[in-house]
Parts: sequence; C-alpha cells; structure tokens
Amino acid sequence: MKTNDIILQTVTKFTLFVIILFSIHLFFAGHYHPGGGFIGGLMTSGAIVLLLLAFDIKTVKTILPVDYIKLVAIGLLFAIGTGTGALFFDLPFLTHAFTYVDLPLLGKTSLHTAVLFDTGVFLVVIGVTMTIIQTIGESE
Amino acid sequence: MEILMAFLIGILFMAATYLMLSKSLLRIIIGTGLLSHGAHLLILTMGGLKRGAPPLLGEHAATYVDPLPQALILTAIVISFGVTSFFLVLAYRAYQELGTDNMDRLRGKEGHE
Amino acid sequence: MNNLIIFPILIPLITGVVLIFFAKNIMVQRWISAISALIVIIVSFMQANLVYHDGIQTMDVSNWEAPYGITLVSDMLSSLLVLTTSIIAFAALIYSFQSIGEAREKFYYYPVVHFLIVGVNGAFTTGDIFNLFVFFEVMLMSSYVLLVLGGTKIQLRESIKYILVNVISSALFVIAVAYLYSVVGTLNMAHISVRLSEAGNTGIITVLAVLFLIVFGLKGAIFPLYFWLPGSYYAPPAPVMALFGALLTKVGVYSITRTFTLFFYHDVGYTHQLLQILAILTIISGVIGALAFTDIKKIVIYNIIVAVGVILFGVSVLTPESLTGAVFYLIHDMNIKAALFLLIGIIIAITGTSDLNKISGLINRYPGLGWTFFIAGLALAGIPPLSGFAGKMMIVRAGFETENYIGAFVVLMSSLLVLYSIMRIFIGGFWGTPRAYKNEDKAPVKWLLIAPAVLTAFAVLYGLGTEAVYPVISAAAETLANPEIYIHAVLKE
Repeated sequence: MKTNDIILQTVTKFTLFVIILFSIHLFFAGHYHPGGGFIGGLMTSGAIVLLLLAFDIKTVKTILPVDYIKLVAIGLLFAIGTGTGALFFDLPFLTHAFTYVDLPLLGKTSLHTAVLFDTGVFLVVIGVTMTIIQTIGESE
Repeated sequence: MEILMAFLIGILFMAATYLMLSKSLLRIIIGTGLLSHGAHLLILTMGGLKRGAPPLLGEHAATYVDPLPQALILTAIVISFGVTSFFLVLAYRAYQELGTDNMDRLRGKEGHE
Repeated sequence: MNNLIIFPILIPLITGVVLIFFAKNIMVQRWISAISALIVIIVSFMQANLVYHDGIQTMDVSNWEAPYGITLVSDMLSSLLVLTTSIIAFAALIYSFQSIGEAREKFYYYPVVHFLIVGVNGAFTTGDIFNLFVFFEVMLMSSYVLLVLGGTKIQLRESIKYILVNVISSALFVIAVAYLYSVVGTLNMAHISVRLSEAGNTGIITVLAVLFLIVFGLKGAIFPLYFWLPGSYYAPPAPVMALFGALLTKVGVYSITRTFTLFFYHDVGYTHQLLQILAILTIISGVIGALAFTDIKKIVIYNIIVAVGVILFGVSVLTPESLTGAVFYLIHDMNIKAALFLLIGIIIAITGTSDLNKISGLINRYPGLGWTFFIAGLALAGIPPLSGFAGKMMIVRAGFETENYIGAFVVLMSSLLVLYSIMRIFIGGFWGTPRAYKNEDKAPVKWLLIAPAVLTAFAVLYGLGTEAVYPVISAAAETLANPEIYIHAVLKE
C-alpha cells in the first residue's frame, strides 16, 4: 500500500534547507557561542534523516550519492591533519593558531585552525550517524 | 540542590539496574543508556553545582563555573552515543540471525556454535 | 616537550583512516598495514631508547601546561609496553594476511586493527585519567568490531555479552573518575597523586582505590570479574585472539599497576591486601580452568587469567624487586601469549577443530610447528633460561622476603600446573598416531609459522639476555616504586 505523504514531502522540501542553514550557523557559531561541529553535524544528519523519512532510501541516494564511511574517513583526516600541522612548527600535537583578519562584508573576523578541526568533527558526525541509520534502514 | 541530584542519580541507577536485569535485550540496552546518563549527571554534580560566569579572562565576575566537568560530560556523552548505537545495531543483527532477543535463550553452551 | 611520543599513536591512526579509502583493494591494504606497523616499531624503539637515556619524556597536548591540559607521559614502563605492543601488532598483521579471509579484509579488518593499536598505545602513554578512559573506549570500540566481524552466531552472541560487560565497566569508570574529581579537583595523574598525598589518608581514598580496582579488574580479568573472558575470547579467529589476549587484558593490568603505584600507595594496608588476595584467587581459578578443559583455545585463554594473577601479585607486594619482576613478567607474557594464540591458530587451521581429543600426531608432518610450540610452552611456564623465568623468580623471591608465603607458593605451584596444561596440548596434539584432516593441505602453514616463530625467538632472546635487559626493566620498576620521579617529570616542579 502506498501511503499518502504529500504533506510531509512538501514540508520537507522547505524545512530541509532551513535546518541545514541553521546547522551551518551553529557550526560557525561554535567557537565563541553554543554550537560547534558535533551539534551542527547532528542537525545536518537530522535533516538527511527527515529526507529519508519523507522519500525513500533510493531517492535519497540519487540526490546525495555519498559513501558515508568515506565521509567519516575524510572527516578524520581533516581533524588529524589539523593536529598534525602543529608538528611541522615544532609545537605539541593539536596546538591551534588563530588570527584576526579584515574580510570584506564580514568586517573583523577571527580565523582559527580549530575550525578545520571542527569541520572534521562535523563530517565524522554526519558520516557515523548516517551509516548507523542506513545499516538499520537498508535491511528492511 | 546536591541532595536532589543525588536522589535523581540514585533513581537513574536503580532503574538502569532493574532494566539490565531483565531478559529482553532491548530493555538491557535502554538500561545501559540510563546508567550512562546517571554517570554523566554524577560528574556534573561532583564538579560542584553553582551559577557563575564562564571561566574566561576579562569577565570580572564574582564566581566562575568549572568548565572541566562539562567537557568530560560532552566526551562521555559522545562515547556512550557511539557505543549505544553500535549496541543497537548489533542487537538488531543478532535478532535477525539468532531469532530471539531473550537473554535466556542467547546463553548457548560454552564454546559451541 | 618531545613530539616523538605521539607517533606510536598518530601513525596507526592515520594508517587506519587512509586504509578506509582502500577498503576494496586488499593488496594495498596489506602493504600499507605492514609498512606502517614496521614504522611504529622503529619509532617506539627510538622512543624507548630516548627514555632510557634521557629519563621520562612528556608532551603537553595542544600546548596547555601540565596540570591544566592533557599530558602524554612516556616513562620506561610505558615505552616498553608500547614497543611490545607494536611488535605484537606487526606479528598479528603478518599472520592475518594468510588466515583472516578476504571477506573480513574487505570489511575494514585492517583499519580496525590499527584503531585498536591507537587505543592500546594511547592507554599506555597517557598521563591523564580521563584521557585514559577515552583511549580505553577507542580500544574497546575496535575490539567490539573485531569480535563481531564475520557475524557468525557464536560471535554475535558472545559480543553482546562482551559489550554489555564493558559498557557497564565504562560507566563505572566514569563514576570513579567523577568521585576522584570531587576529591582532588584535577585529572592529571601526577597532580592527582600530589593532591591525594595532601588529602591525607581518609576512607574515601580507599573507596576510590576499590572502585578503580573493580573498573580495571573487569578489563584485566581479575578473580571474580573474569567470568566474561573465556566465552568472549573464544569466539574470534586466531590473530584477533592474539591481539585480545596479549593486549587488552594487559591494558587493564597496566592501569591497575599505574593507579596502585601512583595514586594509592600511601595506605597499603587494606587496598594492596585486597589486591593480593584477589591476585592469588585469580591464579587459582585460572589454573583450574586451564586444567579442566580439553579445548586448546580454552586452555590458553585460562592461562591469560593465571598470568594476570601472577603480575598483580608482584604489584601488590610493592617492593622494588617484585615490581621489577612484575614488569619483566608483563612484557614476557604479552609476547608469549601472542605467540601461543597464533600457534594454536595454526593447529586449528590444519585440523579444523580445537578439541584436543580429535587431534594427534601433528609433529610427524609439522616438526617446525611442534618444536616452536614446545619452546613457547616452556617459556610460558617459566623454565630457565627462557623468558618467563626471571620475572617469576623475582616475584616469588620478593614474596618470600616480605613473608607472603601463601602467595609466593601459589605462584610457584601455578608454574608447574601451567607447564602441565601446556604440555597436555603438546603431548595430546603432537604425539600419537597421525590422522588425516579435511582442510590440511589448504592451510599455508609455512607463512603462518613466521610470526609466532619470531615471537618465540624473542622469548628465547629475552630469556637469555636477561642480564642485558635488566637495567632497562629495573629503570621501569624504579619509576613505579618512587612515584616522585614520575610526578617531578610531569609537573616540572
């Protein structure tokens, strides 16, 4: 039996982008305010799960042809790479650096290497969550 | 406040123990989840409950909050999130493969298939 | 500050991540794994050498000073254990190439092994109690995957029990750290030691010691808490068994050693007495298990428990000599357990069974395997001049000197019974009339024998060169006996 989920699908098409935008906001807010890579990643994967609920697993795979296990690996590489970078400057592992830059439009912005690390966390969280959900979902 | 938290943690541990002693695998997993919640709350309480400013230079506040318990809890939560989800997937696979979630029937004979 | 200390953790981590990208290409995975494991051996050897000549090396991760951030500390004991771990990991990897099977190799076997090494090396190196918990979890997560990989019924069943036990003990670990933090307000292990001595001798410290003993005892399989071990270690294939048997329980033993020599050494009346009684009971129950079963896997698995008891008895006596003996025996046991598990893996590969009653006469066709097993068995029991002897002798002598006659006697007797349990495998499995086995010709015995033969050779060298390695080991024990050395090196007061 095919269920009628037109409302869910329509709503998803709008809210998906709102959720993803908010998760990106959370991600960048992370350094000085509540937020960060972990919660941002969870929220993004929440958005993808919503997509999975509204449509089916095949459709989502055509929209997002991502191998989530590889995504975890890329995320880990980001995180480790940031930490390892410090070794080249003869500093302890994971030492981070930051500076203030005047960017057009944004004004005075602080740039951290920690953001790179957080990008890694972001990707790992999406990858892990989606792998788990797909593993359970696919076998049905 | 600490007394209240102590009771809350105690209740969580109690519920966790009760659930973990039951036969259904799913209840056991929920029990381990409650156990780790209790442990996380315990860290928070043991770090000292108080209101205060974030421990940053230039805040000039009267009291500061200890950031360490929060960092520890975050780490512990992430780890227990990972372990619990792994455990759930494993339980699901075991249910498919062995056809039961009853711990009594999962016991099996020592060293046999 | 010394960045070398991070490499035994960092290299396997990067390797594991990179290997995920080559999941489908087995040859690339094997080559990268082997090369990386080899590099880790070299790096950890350099590290151990550095520690031996220049004293304890520390590194403050992300440049936060010692009591505030996470500090990695490599004293002689840590660096020796890291070196042993990397050698065993290399041996297990080489062995896996021909035995673990393509299905597992394509399903992230190698990355997970490397993550396991990250966890083990990290746990040995870290100087922060909560970071120890994190590395424990890294190690345990990988062990869950390794245990369940393959997905046979017995594996699924046993991993459920294994995970449940470990989830509970992890929660207890968090609880123990929470109590500890409320007492001392710090997580740096050296700083905890200082604060605990300032706090004086109160009841709560004893409670903490017992809590930590329960937590690490569950992982290290001491007397009442080893119940999960024989079942869980029985399920996975030989190289995974070797990694588990040689490394995982030893991390628990190392943590007990570290906490009981660094934190809880002030009032040894209650806590160390308890540890001693438990250690003796552990030896006895392990020996009973080793004698009771006719399954070769079970016999060796119960021998893990015996060794844990012997080492912890050495720790509980707490004299410089007994600690030296414990360190000696710890390293010996990691090495020889890995060799034995790999050897019985070969027997199982040849015969297709682990039941001793169905095996006999192997030495006719496999003399090399037979004699390697014989030597490894003798080394395990501690026959001079092989590697188990020196450690056990020092532990026993220290036991008699401090008038712990029962314990020393039990350790002595256990060697005899361990020898008997291992010789039972040798006599039953290798002597007698040869039989025909179904898969006999498929087993690549020559290749598989390389890794355990090298490990057994190490055991012989370690035994013969006792004089040569003695200064290194006693340097490790000296740090354990005098916590001030450790504290001073970390806090730089």
